[in-house]
Amino acid sequence: MVDTDDLLVVEGLEVHFPIRSGVVVDRTVGHVKAVDGVDLRVPRGRTYGLVGESGCGKSTLGRALLRLEQPTAGTVTLDGVDVTRLKGEPLRRLRRRMQMVFQDPLASLDPRQSVQSLMIEPLRVHEPRPAAELVARAAEMLELVGMPRSALAKYPHEFSGGQRQRIGIARAMILNPELVIADEPVSALDVSVQAQVINLLEKLQQEFGLTYIVIAHDLAVVRHISDRVGVMYLGRIVEEADSDRLYAQPLHPYTIALMSAIPIPDPEVEDSRERILLRGDLPSPANPPSGCRFHTRCPYRQPTRCDDEVPRLRVIPGRPGHRVSCHYAEQILDGAVQPAASLVIEAAAG
Amino acid sequence: MTRRPPLLEIDDLSVTFRRRNSVTRAVDGVSYTVAPGEIVGVVGESGSGKSVTVLALMGLLPRRGVEVTGRVRYNGKDLLSLSEGAMAKLRGPEIAMVFQDPISSLNPVVPIGVQVAEVLLAHTRTNKSAAMAESVELLRRCGIPDPERRLKEYPHQLSGGMRQRALIAMALACKPKLLICDEPTTALDVTIQAQVLELLKELVTDAGTAMIMITHDLGVVAGLCDQVNVMYSGRIVEAAPRTELFGHPRHRYTHGLLASIPRLDAPRGEPLHPIPGTPRDTIAWSKACAFAPRCVHATDECVRPDIGLAALPDSPADHPVRCVHPAEVSHG
Repeated sequence: MVDTDDLLVVEGLEVHFPIRSGVVVDRTVGHVKAVDGVDLRVPRGRTYGLVGESGCGKSTLGRALLRLEQPTAGTVTLDGVDVTRLKGEPLRRLRRRMQMVFQDPLASLDPRQSVQSLMIEPLRVHEPRPAAELVARAAEMLELVGMPRSALAKYPHEFSGGQRQRIGIARAMILNPELVIADEPVSALDVSVQAQVINLLEKLQQEFGLTYIVIAHDLAVVRHISDRVGVMYLGRIVEEADSDRLYAQPLHPYTIALMSAIPIPDPEVEDSRERILLRGDLPSPANPPSGCRFHTRCPYRQPTRCDDEVPRLRVIPGRPGHRVSCHYAEQILDGAVQPAASLVIEAAAG
Repeated sequence: MTRRPPLLEIDDLSVTFRRRNSVTRAVDGVSYTVAPGEIVGVVGESGSGKSVTVLALMGLLPRRGVEVTGRVRYNGKDLLSLSEGAMAKLRGPEIAMVFQDPISSLNPVVPIGVQVAEVLLAHTRTNKSAAMAESVELLRRCGIPDPERRLKEYPHQLSGGMRQRALIAMALACKPKLLICDEPTTALDVTIQAQVLELLKELVTDAGTAMIMITHDLGVVAGLCDQVNVMYSGRIVEAAPRTELFGHPRHRYTHGLLASIPRLDAPRGEPLHPIPGTPRDTIAWSKACAFAPRCVHATDECVRPDIGLAALPDSPADHPVRCVHPAEVSHG
């Protein structure tokens, strides 16, 4: 099916990192399967949210989409052009259409470059023009993100975290990209500043019709900003749906547990909901469990299929666009399969 | 619910850092109490003084250039006047602390088991093998699977959640009466955070431990704490039991903060109402409300000195607020 409205189409994307060992002879002893078979589509002008815990491969996926990481298999198609096979000049020209906003602006902005120099650097690379024009464009861009023109003469350390993130965003937007990948854009910021940056990202999207991929571990932030959300676990998307649908009724056991673990700043809600605890830690992505990758920690694990049969990411009947990779998604939906009682923490007695 | 007599009373505690040409008051007149079996939350952003308060009462701040004033009474003893030796005896068996970042709080070249046993050997009459056996039990109780094997491992071999649990096991080794947790779950993933919070909650219920929970996450506070203190720029700006605080936040900072964070259970598509500016935009501590430069309701009155933490006429007496223009009491 070719839907012309999809700006980004990802099919079967894999990023495997070799594990090398040996002092004299350099051998590859295995692979860390950071991203292991991901399919997704992002329509133009929309926001796709990727959530998951540390080590699930969400950042690697984001970097692979921009070719900052070389995928080992699969295709990434931006507006009909396969990004994974481009090199040289065509790749360079495509890169201006996709930009990235990083988590920690203090680490991603060169401390020895002034804001002016940082801002015009992408322009110098991609559209060489007289310096005065570039500076004017940089000042205009800063204004758009709510920073004064005087910021151009300063250095990154002179700003607060929120202001630095604004500079990082301005720098990503200065080339008029179509696709912007934001990797944890607010998690390094103070709580009272996060909303400013979220609102700024939304404003810019409306103004320029941008397409976003927002990567974050904070489900509330992702839900707020995204139209569609994919949940990742050990290199794969385990559940994907429109934001409202996913949050109203998650069907994959991992998503259910993840959501029940998120603290909500309201004591009444906290006291009245039940929590599903997960056992243990994330297994190693170098040696993922057989069958369903989540079966080692799954509170809904069943004696059959889970341990040895790999579940496909499939659309659940009656729920258009809701894809879940669990053998028992329908049974979880109608309540026939329940989580193990020992892992459910009952609501506190009112 | 009537509160039990407090185990720890912090009264008008101030901490001032003096450097060659600058004076910073990190904590300014902070008072709160903690009773056995009670969890007291201290919420605030980075730089609000929430950690410095407890470091001061534990005697963990450097002596040079630091001035600590006020009173801290623990079980009738004035902690600030204790000698270093007497304080060291209290740390562990009486008051223990769990820090945010387990990788920098654990010794990287000593196996976990030895680090836990060390605490027992230092504070109780026991021998090495008994201490090791006890460590196994502690690690098991803190939810570390296969503790006999983990005992011999080094911190880098454990995952983040395991390390945090090992740190909690060390803090619990001597059954402290007061446990201070400084952002214990901030470095952890949410599913692991849920496990660790559940463990801490059990502790308080089972052993009647008093706990101070320092965090920036309002969600953690809402689910865990009995009493909440909100700090901003070195001062407590609002304090209340948790249902009262979240139900009727009165200080403009607390109110604004709750309106600015996206909630998982709120209808989607509602715009966020950010607080302008950054926590760094404060005015000098000697003058008035530190939040005024960021507050949309600020008037000339807000810069008058000595705005006190006081009960408001339309709020319960146990809900003091430091604000000239408090938010309306919400209904419903």
